[in-house]
Amino acid sequence: MNRMKDQVKPIEAVNDFVIKFANVNGSGSASANELFAKAILRMGVPVSPRNIFPSNIQGMPTWYEVRVSEKGYLGRRGGVDIMVAMNPQTWDADLSEIQSGGYLFYDNTRPIPESQFRKDIEVIGIPLTEISNAAYADPRQRQLFKNIIYVGALSVLLDLDAAVFEKLFAEQYRGKEVLLDSNVHALHLGRDYVKTHLQAPLGIRVKRADKVGNQIFTDGNSATALGCVYGGATVAAWYPITPSSAVPEAFQKYCDKFRVEADSGKCKVAIVQAEDELASIGMVIGAAWNGARAFTATSGPGISLMTEFIGLAYFAEIPVTIIDVQRGGPSTGMPTRTQQSDVLACAYASHGDTKHVLLFPEDPHECFEHAAAALDLADRLQTPIFLMSDLDIGMNQRLCKPFTWDDTREYDRGKVMTAEELEAGKDFGRYKDVDGDGIPWRTLPGTHPTLGSFFTRGTTRDPYARYSERGPDYVYNMERLLKKFKTAATMVPQPVVRKATHPTRVGVLYYGSTSPAMREALDVLSTQGTNLDAMRLRAFPFPDSVKQFIDEHDKVFVVEQNRDAQMHALLVNELAIDPAQMVKVLHYDGTPITARFISEAIDMNLKVADTKPDQKEAA
Amino acid sequence: MSYLAKPKLHHPTLTTNEVGYTRRDYEGRVSTLCAGCGHDSISAAIIQACWELNIEPHRVAKLSGIGCSSKTPDYFLGASHGFNTVHGRMPSVLTGANLANRDLLYLGVSGDGDSASIGLGQFANAMRRGVRMAYIVENNGVYGLTKGQFSATADRGSKSKKGVVNRDNPVDLVGLALQLGATYVARSFSGDKAQLVPLIKGAIDHGGAAFIDIISPCVTFNNHAGSTKSFDYVRQHNEAVSRIDFMPVHSEITVDYEAGAVIDVQQHDGSTLRLRKLQPDYDPTDRYGALSYMNAHQARGEVVTGLLYIDPIATDLHLSLNTSDTPLYALQESELCPGAQALERINASLR
Repeated sequence: MNRMKDQVKPIEAVNDFVIKFANVNGSGSASANELFAKAILRMGVPVSPRNIFPSNIQGMPTWYEVRVSEKGYLGRRGGVDIMVAMNPQTWDADLSEIQSGGYLFYDNTRPIPESQFRKDIEVIGIPLTEISNAAYADPRQRQLFKNIIYVGALSVLLDLDAAVFEKLFAEQYRGKEVLLDSNVHALHLGRDYVKTHLQAPLGIRVKRADKVGNQIFTDGNSATALGCVYGGATVAAWYPITPSSAVPEAFQKYCDKFRVEADSGKCKVAIVQAEDELASIGMVIGAAWNGARAFTATSGPGISLMTEFIGLAYFAEIPVTIIDVQRGGPSTGMPTRTQQSDVLACAYASHGDTKHVLLFPEDPHECFEHAAAALDLADRLQTPIFLMSDLDIGMNQRLCKPFTWDDTREYDRGKVMTAEELEAGKDFGRYKDVDGDGIPWRTLPGTHPTLGSFFTRGTTRDPYARYSERGPDYVYNMERLLKKFKTAATMVPQPVVRKATHPTRVGVLYYGSTSPAMREALDVLSTQGTNLDAMRLRAFPFPDSVKQFIDEHDKVFVVEQNRDAQMHALLVNELAIDPAQMVKVLHYDGTPITARFISEAIDMNLKVADTKPDQKEAA
Repeated sequence: MSYLAKPKLHHPTLTTNEVGYTRRDYEGRVSTLCAGCGHDSISAAIIQACWELNIEPHRVAKLSGIGCSSKTPDYFLGASHGFNTVHGRMPSVLTGANLANRDLLYLGVSGDGDSASIGLGQFANAMRRGVRMAYIVENNGVYGLTKGQFSATADRGSKSKKGVVNRDNPVDLVGLALQLGATYVARSFSGDKAQLVPLIKGAIDHGGAAFIDIISPCVTFNNHAGSTKSFDYVRQHNEAVSRIDFMPVHSEITVDYEAGAVIDVQQHDGSTLRLRKLQPDYDPTDRYGALSYMNAHQARGEVVTGLLYIDPIATDLHLSLNTSDTPLYALQESELCPGAQALERINASLR
């Protein structure tokens, strides 16, 4: 281990640090890195890993950043304490990210000139390639096990139990003993080297704790898919697009397990990989028209393609569920980076006057909940429901509350008129508001031989679904749709409020994947004496409580991950808020927002506001 | 005329079919198309076919795209649910509808602009997947609702009403359907009801993707000299490969034909299509033979009509996806939701 040349004290931290792995994609590092993260979790210490990867399959840089936080902060903190630099291409940039006093871990099989190092960090060189090449002959094995060797080395440096890894291997390779033994062997190659040659543990280390509890560790896309299984979706149509493809793929996997008829072996689901996003949403609309619960999953470019059909579903009132796993836009944008930049595109998708229901899950737990809720809301409201996930939630494993399901819960299939009701003479006007909530009744094709049929169309119609271009018919229908949207505000997941410990006139609004970073930022600000009431938005249309919250504060920060402050715009537009009352806090470089970014932006704004001109001069 | 309500009176002497409906029960609203439009003849043929097939109207779902042809589902089967979707996208909506409820019969009505231009991709992929439906294209080679522009099926050299000559090659939907794996492919003419009705019956009864391209002259914008989609042109160049009789399940075959003059094709449900061959060398079960026959005759300016290809043991998308016999829309929560216990096991696997 090379001692630092500068007299900077090495960082010391127990269960509170950030370690980042810089790898080359396609090198098999992902599973080794995940193993590392999971081992810390098994020691009872919360972690939140994030994949930062390119739109590429092999050879380009990829990173895996693991936040370790006994306090349970799962957002990105900002800064790196330990860099595992396994990619020469990004060496300089990776080194520059290390905090002063931090640690660099690298493969020193080939010497690297002194000038390539920083003087204010601790450097740990291990001949990983040499160790791996000596132990394995096959080139692929040499590469794969090198990853396990560095995990082994790190495990000693950070004081992680070997037994935890061995148990994880045993679970992973149950029934594949050869693989199990070789992985355990590689782990110990790394461990033994460190024990023999280096001082361990480092100033940064992990200590057993009990902070994980019964939480689960999973990704948002799988959780969304599971929510669709539990919510009763029977038709899914999709077109491959990052970062949403894992949703239908996981749905298929769960359906293979849960949706096969025991006696016939036939499937209680139809999943179609369509020719494009237009066909995907078309199939979902067709299936929903016919009474099945149906969804599609896509990302921004897919939403753009679907907008014509979304307008049809809005106007013809077809219950569809659209999962948008947002990525960096516009256009192809940053396909493997995260953003919350489809908010306006989805809220007002399609030409003419349209408004859509959006749900904003904060983590995989809510992806599951909201996916099932979306299918209910779609049926109840007979309109498209958007589940606004993003790459940060969708493609990263996140520690969250376990999934729950109440077996007494019943699907809300909404207002579907039956043959018996038609027979009994119940008046059926497909687009007639009979209940005062703006939601009409529908019939499913094939319901009754002579009653209840109607022609579904995207053209204007009267309350009985007859083609009409009469102004009053058109206005009646558009006003009813607006009323339905107001009804929706009472049915969607309501906002979650976190009151400051001291009374305050300052508030903050946020949503979706910003949640964990926000939680940490609020704690940091509170420690610094800055108190904010916080409201996490969970859906659009906004319930009345949102307007109340804003009205109750002199200044409200709106924190989001896009350039144009899209939620801010939606709030101003829909609630007639004075824009001067709200302050935009925007992070949109494609990386997940950090607690530091939020707390600094808010702190700076409040300080500037506090500084009166005369005081400035006095200073 | 479009604002007139159609009288609902049924003449007491109207004959009912086996399921108790008269022909009038298969009608829809009064057509708003131009007087003499070929599409109205096709609507009449659909009405006739459904009545003769003893289909209860509410067991049919009729879907269409956008355009003159796509308006027609309002003019037949008034007791069926209909869906006028968006331009060129009927196939995907129909596919989804079919997946949700396999017990209904699906009738997809489209036009040449709808299927060969904007919707070519959806047309192709629906054929490729083998969605069980009768897919009818009412092909007039012209955009009627927007007043006379060429569509993608207009023949090269064909002249528009304004005298413009079409310079682009046509899309041949029948050729595409054959190549993409449709298992029932026919071409017909709106002016030939005797050929059209049994073709539609065969398509509705077919077990996979059935496609009928029906040349349906546009009396307003494409019925002049120089057009290859006019009544006169099609009448003069119609080259039928066979005459077709549709025989329901268990019907007795009473007429004897000379050996080699007929082909009996039994469909999946036991009904039979009897093809009286008009061209002795034509084999309608040979997909590639059908393609080359059609190409050769088309090169001579002939419009080959009739049942061009049939695969009697056709399969469909439900078979490929191995979906439940119970229509998916009808599955109940108890059959769909794995429940709290299973979820607890999933939670345990994620720790």
